[in-house]
Amino acid sequence: MTDKMHIKLKVNGEDKEFLAEPRELLIYALREKLNITGPHVGCETSHCGACTVTLDGKSVKSCTMFVAQANGAEITTIEGIGEPDALHVLQESFREHHGLQCGFCTPGMITRATKLLEENPNPTEEEVRFGMAGNICRCTGYQNIVKSILSAASEINAAKEAAQ
Amino acid sequence: MIPAAFDYYRPNNMDEVIALLQEHGDDARVMAGGHSLIPMMKLRMAEVPHLIDLQSIEGLNAIEVKDGQITLGAMVTQHDLIDHDGIAAAAPILREAALQIADPQVRYMGTIGGNVANGDPGNDMPGVMQCLDAQINLVGPDGPRTVAARDYYEAAYMTDRADDEVLVSVSLSAPTGGYAYEKQKRKIGDYATAAAAVQITNSEGKVASASIAMTNLSDVPVWSEEAGAALVGTSCDTDALGAAVAAMLGDIDPSEDNRGPVAFKRHVAGVILKRAVTRAWDRA
Ligand SMILES: Cc1cc2nc3c(=O)[nH]c(=O)nc-3n(C[C@H](O)[C@H](O)[C@H](O)COP(=O)(O)OP(=O)(O)OC[C@H]3O[C@@H](n4cnc5c(N)ncnc54)[C@H](O)[C@@H]3O)c2cc1C
Ligand code: FES
Ligand code: FES
Repeated sequence: MTDKMHIKLKVNGEDKEFLAEPRELLIYALREKLNITGPHVGCETSHCGACTVTLDGKSVKSCTMFVAQANGAEITTIEGIGEPDALHVLQESFREHHGLQCGFCTPGMITRATKLLEENPNPTEEEVRFGMAGNICRCTGYQNIVKSILSAASEINAAKEAAQ
Repeated sequence: MIPAAFDYYRPNNMDEVIALLQEHGDDARVMAGGHSLIPMMKLRMAEVPHLIDLQSIEGLNAIEVKDGQITLGAMVTQHDLIDHDGIAAAAPILREAALQIADPQVRYMGTIGGNVANGDPGNDMPGVMQCLDAQINLVGPDGPRTVAARDYYEAAYMTDRADDEVLVSVSLSAPTGGYAYEKQKRKIGDYATAAAAVQITNSEGKVASASIAMTNLSDVPVWSEEAGAALVGTSCDTDALGAAVAAMLGDIDPSEDNRGPVAFKRHVAGVILKRAVTRAWDRA
């Protein structure tokens, strides 16, 4: 066993410090050290996207990153997106359009979708499907997820126009 | 899936990286995005007692496009490549290929250097780099040296790079004419059953030059000089396509795996190559 490292992360705006072995995967550090259990462990093999977080502006699968590699990074998880009584537009839209059934994939879906809409605020259906291709859902058949994201995009755009 | 323990280093200059590689020999490895290495470490197919993270080395993530010359720093990610307008204009095949690698999350992390250095026959960039006749720039204890992508691959996971050398960049001349990267895969995020990289130039309706390489059909990428030569001077008609496919089939050596038996892979190789050449010629 190697020595533990002193890890510093900024998660959802809060500074976090803890000791961890460098080989610990970021997803386990988040879930087990920091009690941030929104990001899920689905496949643990970089395929399903349930563990997606935003790290220094990138959508990443936190099961495929060592905590040592993430040291110093700024991370946003689903916990940092909206509040239970003030949902993010995407969360509201997933609820409205039945973008989830069991909900297991949803934290990863919504976290990824926030980044997708940031990079491409006005996506076509095809662009949504391509941009969400790293996230697997076993329940919905994707139709309503795509609908939720497209609808959230038009809502965000409408709000922006109204503000101008 | 817990990888074996390791000591972690995040040096900020290349001298330190090389010193660590020299000190620890076989026990040390560099990590770029980690999206090939970490899965292997999790499966314990790779054990790396000394892991050297390249993320803080300066100057490795630049994309340069100048006077028809392109240089891609080793830490340029697939996402960076897709996002770069200069690359889309100067070498659109790079963007077309990068878009067919893995999925968005993987593309934010996976790097050109890692993809080219890895030596997995399934990686897409090695074939593209052979098609483009790119040069691979390495640095080691004795200083820098350059190897042609076409001479770089020796066998699966075996390349011309010595254990104490680091890939710093890939450079190439901006290609001219039509291009295509065509890939057959079972699903998004899958490696190729077969893929073809093609660059072709058109002079008055005839092929003036053609460069063709294929992915995952041998233990190394396959640049087939004969397949390209079979097209030169033709108008890319059915006969010429048939001749190019026949030449390529003579150069590949696929093996059976969960993507299918050898006969199927040879069939798919022919289909994909024809599609790639046809698309490249349409754009030439
Ligand atoms: C779900 C999934 C799907 C994928 N699908 C595809 C696909 O379809 N096509 C494809 O091509 N790839 C695919 N990949 C691989 C992905 O593109 C990798 O990220 C890439 O191949 C390696 O880049 P990396 O930066 O992650 O390298 P790492 O994993 O960090 O390194 C890979 C290897 O290269 C070595 N290395 C890295 N950088 C250097 C350097 N600068 N100098 C010397 N050695 C170096 C490392 O020591 C290691 O041995 C997939 C990965 C995943 C997880
Ligand atoms: S748990 Fe990370 S991609 Fe599935
Ligand atoms: S809602 Fe069940 S996995 Fe997506």
